[in-house]
Amino acid sequence: MNRGFGSIVLDTSFRVLVPFTLVYGIYVLVHGEYSPGGGFQAGALLAVGVVLARLVQGREAAFNIKGTTALIVAGIGTFIYGAIGFSTILFGGKFLEYGKLPFKVHDPAELHALGMLGIEIGVTICVMATIVGILDALTRGEDLS
Amino acid sequence: MKKISLLLIIIMAGMYFYAAVGLPLIGDANSAPNTHVAPRYIEKSYEETASPNMVTAVLADYRGYDTLGETTVIFIAGLATFLILSTAPSKKKEEEGGDNK
Repeated sequence: MNRGFGSIVLDTSFRVLVPFTLVYGIYVLVHGEYSPGGGFQAGALLAVGVVLARLVQGREAAFNIKGTTALIVAGIGTFIYGAIGFSTILFGGKFLEYGKLPFKVHDPAELHALGMLGIEIGVTICVMATIVGILDALTRGEDLS
Repeated sequence: MKKISLLLIIIMAGMYFYAAVGLPLIGDANSAPNTHVAPRYIEKSYEETASPNMVTAVLADYRGYDTLGETTVIFIAGLATFLILSTAPSKKKEEEGGDNK
């Protein structure tokens, strides 16, 4: 899996599939407040895009994420969630009280929507990077033997 | 020892089954959760969170602390899996870095 096994059929269909998968993942993320979806599902979809690239093009794929980098990125995703939670404390609210976020909106309820979008971005990054990291760990010793 | 374990499992299973009889029926309009928090979510979630998707509103806003725990669990589980899998002894005992082609 580290080498990739591109044939012309795989390469061509891969070029069609992966952009749609990534765009669909981002759609599921930002549309999660209005339709079924949300951070976890969007993270899985984005990870499918990266995993497909790994499967077809091998370790030198265009948007490959290496294992240790993936773990760091997953930590950043979790940190985003916690940082949003603690930032509302700094602005005078309780933990994860989105109504105290310092943005100008004409309806206080929209602050909650913004906060939910923020934490779901964090969840998406964490889930995506975790899946990629586990795949990387699984395929690490493959070419040794 | 095995017999004690089996006995304990049987006792626990019996207690679970006994407790399951007392649970409210699914869809019972008079059960405790359906008269306490569920109407509040249905009536107020849109005006309080501006999110038409009630599930997301409960998941990310009313139960945001819970979701933070879930995310942390996923991260820690992924970290542990990565560490366990990547330190598994390889057949050749190659220790020079990760770049093996």
